[in-house]
Amino acid sequence: MKIIVLMKQVANKDAILRIGKDEKWIDESDISHQTNESDGYALEEALRLKEAKGEGEVIVCTLGAASAKTVLKDALARGADRGIHIIVNEPNKLSPFQIAKTIADAIGEESADLIFTGLQSDDASYGQTGVILAELLGIPHATIVIDLDRSSLGESLRLKRELESGWYQWFTYKLPALLTIQSGISQIRYASLKGIMAAKKKEIRDVTPGVEDYASAQKIEKVYLPLKTKQTQMLGDGDAKKGALELVEKLKTEVRVL
Amino acid sequence: MIDFELTEEHLALQKTVREFCQGEVAPYIKEWDEKSHFERSVFDKMAELGLLGVCIPEQYGGAGFDYISLGLVCEELEACDTFLRVAMSVHVGLNSLSLLTWGTEEQKQKYLVPQAKGEKLATFGLTEPNAGSDVVGMRSNARRDGDDWILNGEKMWISLGDVADHFLFFCWTDAEKQKNRDHSGMSCFIVERAMPGFSSGTLHGKLGIKAGNTGYFSLQDVRVPQANMLGNEGEGFKIAMFSLENGRYTVASGATGVIRASRDASVAYANTREVQNQKIANFQLVKQKIADMEADYEMAHLLWLKCGYLKNEGKPSAKAASLAKWQATIRSEKAASMAIEVHGANGYTNDYPVERYLRNCKAAVIYEGTRDIHTIMQADWALGLKKEPKARVVLPPYQTVSKEAGA
Ligand SMILES: Cc1cc2nc3c(=O)[nH]c(=O)nc-3n(C[C@H](O)[C@H](O)[C@H](O)COP(=O)(O)OP(=O)(O)OC[C@H]3O[C@@H](n4cnc5c(N)ncnc54)[C@H](O)[C@@H]3O)c2cc1C
Repeated sequence: MKIIVLMKQVANKDAILRIGKDEKWIDESDISHQTNESDGYALEEALRLKEAKGEGEVIVCTLGAASAKTVLKDALARGADRGIHIIVNEPNKLSPFQIAKTIADAIGEESADLIFTGLQSDDASYGQTGVILAELLGIPHATIVIDLDRSSLGESLRLKRELESGWYQWFTYKLPALLTIQSGISQIRYASLKGIMAAKKKEIRDVTPGVEDYASAQKIEKVYLPLKTKQTQMLGDGDAKKGALELVEKLKTEVRVL
Repeated sequence: MIDFELTEEHLALQKTVREFCQGEVAPYIKEWDEKSHFERSVFDKMAELGLLGVCIPEQYGGAGFDYISLGLVCEELEACDTFLRVAMSVHVGLNSLSLLTWGTEEQKQKYLVPQAKGEKLATFGLTEPNAGSDVVGMRSNARRDGDDWILNGEKMWISLGDVADHFLFFCWTDAEKQKNRDHSGMSCFIVERAMPGFSSGTLHGKLGIKAGNTGYFSLQDVRVPQANMLGNEGEGFKIAMFSLENGRYTVASGATGVIRASRDASVAYANTREVQNQKIANFQLVKQKIADMEADYEMAHLLWLKCGYLKNEGKPSAKAASLAKWQATIRSEKAASMAIEVHGANGYTNDYPVERYLRNCKAAVIYEGTRDIHTIMQADWALGLKKEPKARVVLPPYQTVSKEAGA
């Protein structure tokens, strides 16, 4: 059984963010990074599934700059078997389609039984990479997965999805399939010292794709910080009733809370 | 060649210890400290990760990391709470590394392997109610009985004293030499909790390290075979001094963690607390305190790093360990105290961690050589009155085989 886990390097959640000079992304040159939160849970689910099955291979794959290799090494130290690094310098300037297509090229031949991704990335938050990848590979996908019935694993896998308003849904998926995993569904294991030592001997395959191969239908125009403004408006011109009416109108149309 | 770069494994190790502290200890430490609760299960989890044998070679059940890794682990652990680092000091620094260096193959298999795997906890029994700095003032003794030794004595202020499984027990084996205070009459034995005649207890009313166990143990006619003598007869004092070189290294790196934690807590607080419509980080005297912590952190860090380097290379490190321990501990006390002031009245309550840092770090100014003892030793080194000790065996240098194979 082969499981591929897609993992992304994102800015550390405590990092102080600055917009890059070209205003197309944040300046990542001197900030610290971490593994995208839900990707960590995706890896944990993959490792648990492999352990429950008693056999199999967990392959971690990242698309990112050279620094993203630490994401793979960290995953290998936690127990993944090998890694694939698709080296792209400014991954956040690519569209989810370009990313998914490039990943599809790199992992297609692996013929994985399962592909896990995090629900979404903590920086771009598209939540699309996994879904598009599943379409490109011609396999079914399930999003916002919050539980796996590990004992059901065979030709198919039973899983639980989160719906709106506290509703859940159990599904059985025929494999191969792609699942996007929700954060917080289990406790992520620590890398043991043995794991850290063993990681040194595990293989990471580098892939250098032609980033421009796939045209994007979208492009980032401008990235900016939410504007913080503060202004005072006097409503009603001294008339309380008129003021109340104006306030209701504003709450409806401008603030949109009514 | 000078190289201050940490390796990938160092960074990964640091990360995993930090995550472990955040996940398993930080959420509970306030309560454990408040209730003086010793949470034994933490050490099982540390064992699972491999931390309790971090720098013990793989062939003896350890994780096979270098000595700098031991320092990194101690710095991370004590940035969370001192009780975690204390366990590393006695279990690894004072006990396991001495078994590794002075032990017979049989002793290593029987005692070091389960310690490195974390199946057994170990500690170090040197201090007695009436003999701390004055090691030769101790009264514990052993007398020969056929092929065995009969041990008697009382050890006090022993970290993990009431919970450890294995003990190094230092005592007189030559009554004549004891009279002349000639330390070549002392020997060291490996003692197990399960041995008949062993008893122990916990000390209460400590100022700090309340989440840790500090105890006493007593041996009454405990019979051990000759095979449990560590080193040769008469080498006890040398082994004790050797152990302290390693213990001091762990205390130094741990105290460095206290300085870092004090700095980080102060920076976070100074950036959020507003007084007179501005962050207190803008006030120059607050900056002064943070600047002092920053400088002290860097100095203390470099001092233990140098000591770790010497150990990796198999070079003498007694002076370096003493200097690092002395400076890091006194600076940690200063940093924790300053951090309380940065926090104002909030710092004086356990809603913030800094008062715990101050209570915890004071003990390290006392154990493993008091401030006074290290001051005098450093002066004596400078004056040429003291030299690196000569011993029959030395701490094995770090074998770089695995490092090169993976590079
Ligand atoms: C929390 C804690 C944990 C401990 N854990 C352990 C442990 O695991 N194992 C262990 O064996 N011990 C342990 N100790 C004991 C510790 O090592 C001793 O307390 C320390 O060596 C000091 O000895 P003492 O308490 O007898 O003080 P004393 O030696 O009586 O010292 C009292 C004062 O006199 C000064 N002084 C003494 N001799 C001299 C001298 N020659 N020159 C100058 N000044 C001097 C000291 O600096 C100090 O200020 C621990 C202590 C504490 C507080």
